[in-house]
Amino acid sequence: MAKTAEDMKSTAANPVMDWVDERLPVTKFWNDHLAKYYAPKNFNFWYYFGSFALLVLVLQLVTGIFLTMHYKPSAEEAFASVEYIMRDVDYGWLMRYLHSTGASFFFIVVYLHMFRALLYGSYRKPRELLWVFGMLIYLLLMAEAFLGYVLPWGQMSYWGAQVIINLFGALPWIGEPLVEWIRGDYFISDATLNRFFALHVIALPIALLGLVVLHLTALHETGSNNPDGIEIKKVKDENGVPRDGIPFHPYYTVKDIFGASMLLLVIAFVVFFWPTAGGLFLEYDNFVPANPLVTPEHIKPVWYFTPYYAILRGVPDKLMGVVTMGAAVMVLFLLPWLDRSPVKSIRYKGWWYKILLGIFTIAFIRLGMLGMAEGTPAETIETRIWTVVYFGFFIGLWFFSKNGATKPEPERVTH
Amino acid sequence: MSADGVNTGRRRFLVATTSAVGAVGVGFTAVPFIKTWFPSDKAKAVGAPVEVNLAGLEEGQILRVVWRGQTIGILKRSDEMLNALPEVDGLLSDPASEKSEQPTWAANEARALKPEYFVVNMHCTHLGCIPQVLPQVAPQPFDAEWKGGFYCPCHKSKFDNSGRVYAGVPAPTNLKVPPYSFTDDQTLVIGVDTEGAA
Repeated sequence: MAKTAEDMKSTAANPVMDWVDERLPVTKFWNDHLAKYYAPKNFNFWYYFGSFALLVLVLQLVTGIFLTMHYKPSAEEAFASVEYIMRDVDYGWLMRYLHSTGASFFFIVVYLHMFRALLYGSYRKPRELLWVFGMLIYLLLMAEAFLGYVLPWGQMSYWGAQVIINLFGALPWIGEPLVEWIRGDYFISDATLNRFFALHVIALPIALLGLVVLHLTALHETGSNNPDGIEIKKVKDENGVPRDGIPFHPYYTVKDIFGASMLLLVIAFVVFFWPTAGGLFLEYDNFVPANPLVTPEHIKPVWYFTPYYAILRGVPDKLMGVVTMGAAVMVLFLLPWLDRSPVKSIRYKGWWYKILLGIFTIAFIRLGMLGMAEGTPAETIETRIWTVVYFGFFIGLWFFSKNGATKPEPERVTH
Repeated sequence: MSADGVNTGRRRFLVATTSAVGAVGVGFTAVPFIKTWFPSDKAKAVGAPVEVNLAGLEEGQILRVVWRGQTIGILKRSDEMLNALPEVDGLLSDPASEKSEQPTWAANEARALKPEYFVVNMHCTHLGCIPQVLPQVAPQPFDAEWKGGFYCPCHKSKFDNSGRVYAGVPAPTNLKVPPYSFTDDQTLVIGVDTEGAA
């Protein structure tokens, strides 16, 4: 095999690696993605959340696999098998609480990761595909979370599934047959639970992992954005290394290990002292076995769906509600093309973007709170106002970004 | 023909036709996978019609049976209950059952084949709860002028003794009436529609 002098030097000392590298490009992979992958040197706090998401994904996969060993995906046995895991399996409670807490933390981390992209324009050219893959991961994550929530077969599992599956019934013509096809029965039953289990533990995790590979491949092709929103590849030294780049390993691996320790500390606190998070992470009604004859008095989804649930409830028409809710998620895909500003980062975008993003953030949080509330007439009115504000952000972004005030971008990254 | 002997036109044609035939094959192969998701034969068997014997059902009593996983009620209505039906017409959101789901012959005031037997899918049309059954014409805590009917504890929807929804409650439409027929005076079959009934 032809090898450059550089390669010879780096591997000559280790004949074992030399032997492996001629058959499998381990050293090349290590260099391309870690030791000689140059990331901007000005990453801040917001740049933890991508690696956090990977960590939580691993946590969910590992705890999920061990839960699968004791869980029974049948309507007769599911609820009891979860109680069996909680009471009789050694450390079963730990596996389950890690998994349920991990689910909520997945969304906390992903929402903050997406907010980072909004702050610094990380979705902008040339990272549009990176953003689209990220959005697809977010969509699959929502599906995965919903399917997983059905598995304990408690009251909220059952009636949550009833409400969510019935959303498809709002579609004209194909609605009812589609609902029947998803359920596999004339009501939410054993058939539904069994297929949701298959999707939750095999189909969606495989798809998620594939999308994560695409997301990271796209990231490593363009390189990371940074808080200044400028391309570090524009200024390179004589060796072709970006002057504002530092090798991911060891600099950012060390940073991320510190962050991971902090995250695990917080997760551990929730798991050991506050696993239900006051009904936010595990809803109280779900500690009652599923009963097709009685609906709980107050139906609401888990916190990470409530902004969209509020939008759904706020629209008085069933079909239009579903369409509006879908649009609220799908419009995020268009961000790379809605934002037409000549600069990427909020640091150089001017006052108009700070106001837009600030109001959008308040709208999203407030909609989340309203989605958990009872839905009184006053709350419904407020929900409609915030729904308009939510969509207004995207219209405002399209409108203001073209000619809105900007500050000059620096040549090199700042701190 | 290009200079190096490759016929690019033919090559493109072959790639396109091979892809098209392959796509059709994938489409056909997908069919059995998609079909596995439809209700199985066992689920369909459980969804088979249910025969109900009405002998012994007293006026004001309701008989509950399960059909396709849904709770179906058969309420025997007295003359007093039937006579009270027109009195609430003005309070209902769909008194003539124009927006609601029922066999065509039930889109009327009694919403029944035989007025004294009211057969109804008891799940609230809002979110699927089972309402309380309060058929007597008597005052209730939530309605001093109660003319009998169904009251949903979940989100306070009210229906009259024909399952017709009151205006101003969350439920959008009247309770559903399932297809059914009588094989004789005292025997009801839920799930088999009546042919050419009035």
